[in-house]
Amino acid sequence: MTFTLPAFTPAIPEMFVLGMGCFILLVDVFLSDRHRLVTYWLSLATVAATAWLTVTIAENAGLLTFGDMFVNDSMGNVLKLFTYLTVALTFLYSRDYLTDRNLFKGEFYVLGLFGMLGMMVMISAHNFITIYLGLELLSLSLYAMVALDRDSPAASEAAMKYFVLGAIASGILLYGMSLLYGATGTLDITKLGVHIAEAPEIGIGVTFALGFIIVGLCFKLGAVPFHMWLPDVYEGANTPVTLYVGSAPKIAAFALFMRLLVEGLGGLRAEWRTMLIVLSILSMAIGSIVAIVQTNLKRLLAYSTISHVGYILMGILVGTTAGYQAAMFYVITYVIMAAAAFGIIILLARKGFESDRLEDFKGLNDRSPWFAAMMLIVMFGMAGVPPFVGFFGKLYVLRAVIDAGMTWLAVVGVIFAIISAFYYLKVVKLMYFDRAPEGAKPVAASLDMCWVLSGNGLAILLLGVLPGPLMALCARVINF
Amino acid sequence: MVQTVVFIVLAAILVGSALGVISARNPVHSALFLVLAFVTSAGLWILLEAEFLALVLVLVYVGAVMVLFLFVVMMLDIDTDTLRQGFVRYAPLGVVVAAVVVVEIGYVVWTRKLGVTLGTPVPHAANYSNTRALGDVIYTTYAYPFELAAVILLVGIVAAIALTLRRRPGTRSQNPAKQVRVSAKRGRIRLVKMPSGHGRGGEAP
Repeated sequence: MTFTLPAFTPAIPEMFVLGMGCFILLVDVFLSDRHRLVTYWLSLATVAATAWLTVTIAENAGLLTFGDMFVNDSMGNVLKLFTYLTVALTFLYSRDYLTDRNLFKGEFYVLGLFGMLGMMVMISAHNFITIYLGLELLSLSLYAMVALDRDSPAASEAAMKYFVLGAIASGILLYGMSLLYGATGTLDITKLGVHIAEAPEIGIGVTFALGFIIVGLCFKLGAVPFHMWLPDVYEGANTPVTLYVGSAPKIAAFALFMRLLVEGLGGLRAEWRTMLIVLSILSMAIGSIVAIVQTNLKRLLAYSTISHVGYILMGILVGTTAGYQAAMFYVITYVIMAAAAFGIIILLARKGFESDRLEDFKGLNDRSPWFAAMMLIVMFGMAGVPPFVGFFGKLYVLRAVIDAGMTWLAVVGVIFAIISAFYYLKVVKLMYFDRAPEGAKPVAASLDMCWVLSGNGLAILLLGVLPGPLMALCARVINF
Repeated sequence: MVQTVVFIVLAAILVGSALGVISARNPVHSALFLVLAFVTSAGLWILLEAEFLALVLVLVYVGAVMVLFLFVVMMLDIDTDTLRQGFVRYAPLGVVVAAVVVVEIGYVVWTRKLGVTLGTPVPHAANYSNTRALGDVIYTTYAYPFELAAVILLVGIVAAIALTLRRRPGTRSQNPAKQVRVSAKRGRIRLVKMPSGHGRGGEAP
């Protein structure tokens, strides 16, 4: 058997992250707690260098390598860059919080980097095997990160629930993939697409497989009725871990939908559209209505995530290029807003005080007008108030839905957007019109975090004023 | 013909033991049923001429994983009564969900054709080596997923160590280095001088 060495260039960022992850793991062993910052800076430098490498090799776009299991295309590269950005924000925001709680350990950053590697593998996957392995790499890192705070019973409980439900979802996804392999005889995304397009009729095997795959994917994305793990994990985990779980993996999950459903199973669009319509409406409904009664902000943001997932699914289910572009725009902007929201919760937290209840935000305007304004921007952005970027995310998705002739679905989306505006505005009301409780301390945080968080908040405003460039970028990289 | 009979027998045992895993009252019995399920699926794989995989399944899963699993199950003091506490409460919901899934699957099977042409697999030549065929591709075509699987194992190791290696107050742990470095001179043995003949127990004989 003859074998030619595959091209390594398209996968240089992945190899770099893996190498640096192992290197940091080794360096961290020899560091005393006083020098733990070295791990932190090395991790941030790794993320930055990976971004540089990704940009450098971007002209190789469209290359398949490793036996067609790895694809380096422009959509993947853009999604990867935003993944790096979110992971870097997570690392930056987490430093002081973790130090205050004696959790500032190398494992958080190493697992974060390996989780990022998993997301990169998922985004670049072109074969069911790599999709599954990337997903498992990400999931295992996430379970471990949730459980990392051993002294918190809530974190252990959240990790346990996440692990058990996540393992079942992985099993279901794998079952779907094996059925699909049995029915079509291929694991390659492109070959699968060709096979389905040429098949005279769609058999039972493929239909079953589609059902299982959608269940698995929707579990990972957190769509109703596979959302049960989300609120518990968001609330139980440490806020930096919640930030990690709630932001970057959504980008990777979007990439999975594009690779599996659109590129691989695009021929079955009529079949999965019906399923996704149901999931999308349920997600928007449960996410918008149940969030109203929450008193914990992390739990509230979990339900808000569920309702946003509904809109992302709405963009995908349209099945047009404009729909995919709108969904990509929505995912990227949502992730930026989620990073800022959890960033502010981390900022307000102090030693022995979590600041994740709604009442902790009472009178924030008196304590810190600037960060109250940032939270206002985030909440307005998530609610979809112009001129913040969330408005354009919803606008593009709804326009794609209407253009595809599903006006009724757009109406449903608007109704739930209005319902969900209630709880976002409730947070704003608490900050500006309620008195701070007695003894509330002024906000104190390190300077770099304040600057980055301010930049993150202002980005929501700036992208809202000028949504054109980002939308043009999404339009350029998605063209099928 | 013989192969079909063997397949049906093995498949029946496999499904039966899988049901046993989830319905056995005693966790040890569940684990043993799982062993049976693994062995019968290894038999199915041998029927498919995947001898290497079948043997690895028996060696790794039955020989290593399940033995460890049984060990853990026996070490843990599982109170099966508390495990079954919510059963009656949640059973109706479970039955409804299961019924919905069965109806849905039945509907799909009813309205669709199988879409797969079932043929008998062609037997390989006598000198065909399943192990060699795997070895040919695993480090070449499948090198990338192979490496990814290795990274997943690495994450597993990191997670296991990060979650279990910690100092808790009140735990008694051994320090091997300290144990090795003991010497009689540094307080290990205290020699007490006792004048003879004044010990307890009265007069010396």
